Amino acid sequence: MIDFFTTHAPVLTIVVFIFGALLAPVFGRINNSLSYYCALITTALSFVLSVYLLFSVYNNAPLEYLLGGWKPPYGIEYRVDILNSFILSVVSFVSFLSVIYGYGSIKSEIYEKRHPAFYSVYLLFIGGMMGILITNDIFNMYVFLEITSLAGYALIAMGRTRYSYMASFNYLILGSVGATFFLIGIGYLYMQTGTLNLTDLAQRLQGHFDTNVVLVAIAFIVVGLMLKMAVFPLHFWLPDAYTYSPSVISAAMAGTSTKVAAYLLIRLMYTIFGIQAGFSGINFSGIIIVIASITILAGSIIAISQTDLKKMLAFSSIGQIGYILIGTAMVNKYAFAGGLLHILNHAMMKTALFMVAGGFFYKFTSTKINDLKGMGRQMPFASAMFLILSLSMVGIPLTVGFISKWYIILGAAQSGYWIVVPVILLSSLLTAIYFGRVVHNLFFKDSEASNTGILHAKIPYSMVSSTAVLVFLCIFFGVFAYMPVEISLKAAENIIGAMPWK
Amino acid sequence: MIEFIADKYNFWIAIVLMMIGFYAIIAKHNLVKKVIGLNIFQTSVFLFYISISKVNGGTAPIIWHPEGHAEVVYDNPLPHVLILTAIVVSVSVTAVALGIIVKLYKNYGSIEDDEIKLIEHNEPELDSK
Amino acid sequence: MKDDVILRTITKFMLPFIQIFAFYTLAHGEISPGGGFQAGVIFGSSFILIALVFGKKEARSKMPRSVNDVLISTGDFIYAFTGLFCIFAGGFFLEYGELPFHSAKEGNHIGMIIIELGVAITVAAVMMTIFFEIAGKEDD
Repeated sequence: MIDFFTTHAPVLTIVVFIFGALLAPVFGRINNSLSYYCALITTALSFVLSVYLLFSVYNNAPLEYLLGGWKPPYGIEYRVDILNSFILSVVSFVSFLSVIYGYGSIKSEIYEKRHPAFYSVYLLFIGGMMGILITNDIFNMYVFLEITSLAGYALIAMGRTRYSYMASFNYLILGSVGATFFLIGIGYLYMQTGTLNLTDLAQRLQGHFDTNVVLVAIAFIVVGLMLKMAVFPLHFWLPDAYTYSPSVISAAMAGTSTKVAAYLLIRLMYTIFGIQAGFSGINFSGIIIVIASITILAGSIIAISQTDLKKMLAFSSIGQIGYILIGTAMVNKYAFAGGLLHILNHAMMKTALFMVAGGFFYKFTSTKINDLKGMGRQMPFASAMFLILSLSMVGIPLTVGFISKWYIILGAAQSGYWIVVPVILLSSLLTAIYFGRVVHNLFFKDSEASNTGILHAKIPYSMVSSTAVLVFLCIFFGVFAYMPVEISLKAAENIIGAMPWK
Repeated sequence: MIEFIADKYNFWIAIVLMMIGFYAIIAKHNLVKKVIGLNIFQTSVFLFYISISKVNGGTAPIIWHPEGHAEVVYDNPLPHVLILTAIVVSVSVTAVALGIIVKLYKNYGSIEDDEIKLIEHNEPELDSK
Repeated sequence: MKDDVILRTITKFMLPFIQIFAFYTLAHGEISPGGGFQAGVIFGSSFILIALVFGKKEARSKMPRSVNDVLISTGDFIYAFTGLFCIFAGGFFLEYGELPFHSAKEGNHIGMIIIELGVAITVAAVMMTIFFEIAGKEDD
């Protein structure tokens, strides 16, 4: 029985989402709140399965699953190793907490009859991301990327103002262009090698890296994925998309969707392009480190001048994705572990920050920073959580943000990319500036008399409890950091030391 | 030089269509025209995929057993299958985009993106839909 | 367009042939261009033709909203259940050879037809839903 479970666990992680997304509207016709329980059970099941997969592959060989029984070059294959299952666990955990948070939050933001449809599209959104993480076939990655993006466009359009339609439309145009660039890159790779399986591609691309076809393919794939990840020059869809969407969706998207695109880039860079062996004289690591450094600084600088809390957090997210890229582009065990840890940390911190912003909106229907003056007295618990999360984003020791920055700086010093160290330190200072402004408004200013009236007297327990869990984990993994660090170091060893992929 | 263009005419047509579509996405202000540009852009990618699946002297990839011929050469059917999936994705994206445009028209009264930005700048409304 | 005699007559005459052609495309998907998605689109467009010629109310009475919503889920359930059934019969997900038919070849054949049927039902229902939501002046 356990054997059956272990063999079929990779595909069951995706199939529960198919069933959940289709059962939620059917149950919603019977009773509106049954669709909430459907979403809750689905995300809980997938979280349990992801953690089970992580423990299965931690000391053993990667799990492979052949869809339809067809052997690898002919059929689609799912492959789970430590990198995959770690990010799977992070994504499913964040989505589970977002569903709990959403129980209280969407009552005031989305029209009552649309709740079953909302949960159904949300489950497709998360299911698409789990599919990207688990598959080993490059065209399957494109299909799941489009599933996630389409669900994302629909979810953003459910926001509370009428500008959310325009935000969703801008994201649609730019996201589709990015995915089409990815498709062109896949076409070029297929032209050169004749296969779509990642393992097979890695073997067949050896020695072809100076042909024009492969170089153009790399260019298209990297640009397409950078559009999806919102690195600096191509980030224009992200601030509007995160600001004008419902609070739940801002929290869930900020924690997951850009990270999954970053995982895709990491997987393609290390597995088929072989960044650790260097190729044809182009310093690929150097290019990505420069672009990522500009992203970190630009995101932090633009965030200082914002007046809306959610927009500031969105620009901060643009900056943080640069940390992940810098950490994983330096081909070094400690830096890679730092980048991977930052995926976990940023998912926890940014999701919790958007949840707190949603809590402020629930009480006062405003997310402007000026309206938050003196809220430290009226909402002490939420403001305390915001303070702890700000300290974690800056990187104070004893919180989880410190661990990932420490490992990235350690790796940078070890591998000789000294330019990274002042960039990280400068951006921590800039982070302190823009978070410090909000904390100053919360605690050290008196509330003005013309504050917007209190909409609801009390924030529901579901919203408070999910945020509190994330904040507790931020401190817990900051102090007892043994488990995530060990997992990340082992994942780094496996990825960097495996070329050609076996 | 003339062989460089005439031999690879399918790739040239794909690139020309791609650039026309991309220009329409960037330069047109009407939202429906942007969606049409996205469609042209994606169609050019389909053309590119199918043109790389042609084998010299190959016929359509459906099995047939003709008398008098020993061996039949078929085209590569895998890119055809990839394009079927990509066409479905393109249709879905167009459907979602047109649905959003209908809602935008109901809320703003215009489908030019500079007019929408101007209306939003002049009278930003929170909690309206 | 309801008052035009030619349109009404030709539509009433052509509708069954359009739907039969959709089934033909579905069934011959393996030996001629066709398959699940195309058959679903043709079937959905027959209902859109009713809506264009006779009006949206008439078309909605032929395909009420609840039936439409259930059909969307039904097609995808057929797909997922076939895949799970293959797991319980001992193979991998969607390994049709393990289905309990006479031989692996027949299992593959019938499994693929069931999958295409599920896809066609979902695509037809989704086409109808998209058209009825975007068209028309009233808000629901």
